[in-house]
Amino acid sequence: MTVEPRLTRNWSNPDAVGIDGYVAAGGYAGLRTAVTMSDADIVEVVKASGLRGRGGAGFPTGMKWGFVPRDTGKPTYVVVNFDESEPGTCNNRELAEREPHRLLEGTAIAARAIGCETAFIYVRGEYLWQSIVLERAIAEAYEGGYLGADVAGSGTRIDIVLHRGAGAYICGEETALLNSLEGLRGQPRLRPPFPAVEGLYASPTVINNVETLMNVPDIVERGADWFREVGTEKSPGTKMVTISGKVERPGNYEIALGTPFREVLEELGGGMLGGGTLKAWTPGGSSTPMLTAAHVDTGLDYESLAAAGSMLGTAAIMVMDETDCVVDCAQRMVAFYAHESCGKCTPCREGSWWATRVLERIEDGYGREVDIPLMHDVGKNTLFRAFCALADGTASVINSSLQHFADEYEEHVRLGRCPLQDAPVEQEVVAS
Amino acid sequence: MAAEGSGTVFSGAALDDARRIIDRYPASRERSAIMPLLYLAQSIDGMVTDDALREIGELIGITTAEVEAVATFYSMYRLRPTGEHVVNVCTNLACKLRGANAVYEAAHDAAGVAHGAERSDDGLFTVHEEECLGVCDFAPAVQIDFCNHDQVTPERMRELIATLRGGEVPAPARGPVFASFKAASRALAGLEEVAAS
Repeated sequence: MTVEPRLTRNWSNPDAVGIDGYVAAGGYAGLRTAVTMSDADIVEVVKASGLRGRGGAGFPTGMKWGFVPRDTGKPTYVVVNFDESEPGTCNNRELAEREPHRLLEGTAIAARAIGCETAFIYVRGEYLWQSIVLERAIAEAYEGGYLGADVAGSGTRIDIVLHRGAGAYICGEETALLNSLEGLRGQPRLRPPFPAVEGLYASPTVINNVETLMNVPDIVERGADWFREVGTEKSPGTKMVTISGKVERPGNYEIALGTPFREVLEELGGGMLGGGTLKAWTPGGSSTPMLTAAHVDTGLDYESLAAAGSMLGTAAIMVMDETDCVVDCAQRMVAFYAHESCGKCTPCREGSWWATRVLERIEDGYGREVDIPLMHDVGKNTLFRAFCALADGTASVINSSLQHFADEYEEHVRLGRCPLQDAPVEQEVVAS
Repeated sequence: MAAEGSGTVFSGAALDDARRIIDRYPASRERSAIMPLLYLAQSIDGMVTDDALREIGELIGITTAEVEAVATFYSMYRLRPTGEHVVNVCTNLACKLRGANAVYEAAHDAAGVAHGAERSDDGLFTVHEEECLGVCDFAPAVQIDFCNHDQVTPERMRELIATLRGGEVPAPARGPVFASFKAASRALAGLEEVAAS
């Protein structure tokens, strides 16, 4: 399962954060090659590599670039989605912290591929330090001739503008991000038109995730066949995973797509914290359906996780052990979606808010028998019933926790308390 | 509508800063500058005031209501009086599994913030229960004035608050130090020249 590091190969080199160290380690070779290629050839090699978007949806990157029309008379834009906010996910943060120029290089290649002169990096506001690291790197790249009026001596102009978010998970949704960047409330837009045709400022726009773009320099430099040497046929390449929660060594690790969860847990994560027992885990952040110890041999790739009833998402694995109450954890996850719902669609806005209250009631020992079918009903009527996928995150938590841990829900209601708490809690009956 | 430059929030150097921010964006896309302008306003007054909402609207040619609609959407803009230091404690799942609820309780208690309130009576602290901060690898995660503190225990949380109460700024786990919520807001507006670390 050990994979030759690609995205993380310079992580042991602290100089790679600066432009001199990055160039000394082979950096910007991809961009120097890209400026000698036609834009169609850049799109073609990315298509051939099979690179899929690493932000959650897994859409083929080269195909996305190929959708951008070039004859509209409008400018084209590249927007980097660095609004990394999915609970449990922090690999983009570390990638940018350690090697910001790889992101700038991938962004510039994408810009070159679609004829874009102004690219934007949308960074979540909480990543203040990381955004400063990027600001410094952008200044160095201008000075080094990798950004600005004459990129790598090609006569091509590419500018990068850094834009900070302000604490809204929804802005990771690409059309909400565009609205936010235009100075509006970060609410999703109806599609079509798709951003490739009418995105930022109603102009053709490519929106890519940080990790996705950081794969691009190597693909251009080393080729599609090299990229496909690792991973599976439909999920080629490596993937950054974040493992957190009840493990000995939480952190960000690079794996070959398709690596079984067991290997990630035991070899990279160092096993269960304090020798505990695996109870539940999210494979791709809190919005992906949770799985159980029975799924420990599932491969971490788009297809295997779909077959197991979940999703790769952002490959953010949060691990729960036998001392963690699934109802309590589900309540916290759903409360997040209630807080972050933009309010546009009723099933999401109301469904997440009411579900939070019902889960809280069950956990606190006030659950009623009707609450379990009620939760099934809320889950069913929230999934795929809203504009964007935020509501599906709510539904995934509810549906998967009910599917795998029905007994635990029922025990809460039957006992009138959380079965994982040692002693019954004294309950004071309050007349309402 | 007041003439540009006559405002009480954006005048003098602050007006120059505001114009620099607007210039980052493509011509005739001034509205895109609204988010950094809100951070700039927050760096001046420690919160986004009604005057700031109006003046930002004047600077970029939209109504006060349109500016307020944006300001109220995002949790990092403070539209109420805010402590000199903002303490954000993540209690989302990855941090909760590592004991974040007790850290949040300790922050409330040490900062002297009453239950149901968010700011201490002395105006020194605003304590906020935060959603995922993207530091799940070092849970439980805390940000003080948007500087990261890693693997914070309740005891460590109390020490951090005590240090701030003593007039010192605790060294963050990584990255530069911002001495106050106002200073961090200026960096969020993209205006802070931070020396290379």
